[in-house]
Amino acid sequence: MSLFSKKNMVFVKDPLMDNNPISTQVLGICSALAVTVQLQTAIVMSIAVIAVLSISNVMISLVRNKVPSNIRIIVELAIIATLVILVDQILKAYLYDISKQLSVFVGLIITNCIVLGRAEAFALQNKPWPSFLDGVGNGLGYSVILIAVAFGREILGSGTLFGFQLIPDAAYAAGYQNMGLMVLAPGAFILLGLIIWVQRTITGVSE
Amino acid sequence: MENLISLFVESVFVNNILLAYFLGMCSFLAVSKRVDTALGLGAAVIFVEVITVPVNWLLNHYLLAPGALAWAGLPDVDLSFLSFISFIAVIAALVQLVEMIVDRYSPTLYSALGIFLPLIAVNCAILGASLFMVEREYTFAESAVFGLGSGTGFALAIAAMAAIREKLRYSHIPEGLRGLGITMLITGLMAMAFMSFSGISL
Repeated sequence: MSLFSKKNMVFVKDPLMDNNPISTQVLGICSALAVTVQLQTAIVMSIAVIAVLSISNVMISLVRNKVPSNIRIIVELAIIATLVILVDQILKAYLYDISKQLSVFVGLIITNCIVLGRAEAFALQNKPWPSFLDGVGNGLGYSVILIAVAFGREILGSGTLFGFQLIPDAAYAAGYQNMGLMVLAPGAFILLGLIIWVQRTITGVSE
Repeated sequence: MENLISLFVESVFVNNILLAYFLGMCSFLAVSKRVDTALGLGAAVIFVEVITVPVNWLLNHYLLAPGALAWAGLPDVDLSFLSFISFIAVIAALVQLVEMIVDRYSPTLYSALGIFLPLIAVNCAILGASLFMVEREYTFAESAVFGLGSGTGFALAIAAMAAIREKLRYSHIPEGLRGLGITMLITGLMAMAFMSFSGISL
């Protein structure tokens, strides 16, 4: 069976829309909102989560037959925490300013329900390669929502994208104002609520 | 003393760990369907936070922070990169301990809290409070008050949310907005309400 067969690619595609980790499985919302004031931090955070999620899925899948089930949570947490420490140290070394902005939220990837949730639900029952694809897929699904929220918050809240001003000065002169609410916490909740509404209407999921 | 009271009020209302920092959203969304279970989880979170934040403070202050090992004659050692893994280990161990104690002395509370106790170990609010404690350089007394305050803030928010969702069951909501969508919108409104507390200082 080839590595990129149709059956395997489902693991990547499915979480992007139909089974999105944030809007359908309701996992990992904690960190999804806090880092979305700007696109840049959102993208760095997405990359960090994809890396941790895919590697932890592979490692947990490799040890799945050797770990007794009653201590599996602590083993999973130890693997995840180690990976998060690595990511945090790398960010501090190469992207110091962004790591300051992300502050405690890199550390909180450890308790991000997405990582532990996929380890429990998928990596414990599957071989390493599908687990890797599942990790990448769910990480991407998480990133899609994160980037969508950050896009809305940055352009409505500060009139910029990646720090570049997009709304022309003429618009401000004509009375346009940035929406201060979007920079604050309530804006993130409301924007995510609306995105979930749209996404669930398209996919037809409802509770 | 005054500054401790003001820290408490601030961490419950102004800097509510859930509504201003988005921590603990997962259990907030999963467990806010009924008021009594929400109150149970809230109580468990307060309890665990009051213990874990000061314990992690001691750990950080005497073992992990740069220069913390000076008492052992090793002033140059910096173990702060180990803080994530040791904090999560402390939290997981304490949650296990709390679970056993509650099981032994109050079986009714145990069956009510049920699966929430193990879930607390991976509740972002708990680890987040410990990490904020390090980042903001609280003293020992402040860390205990901050643990109590952020736990209370979480309990308040989840209980209020559960009460709203119980009423919400009787309303007509558009298909795709049901469940998670409408809950996020209401949380947004609640966050706005809590923001009106900002500016209060004692």
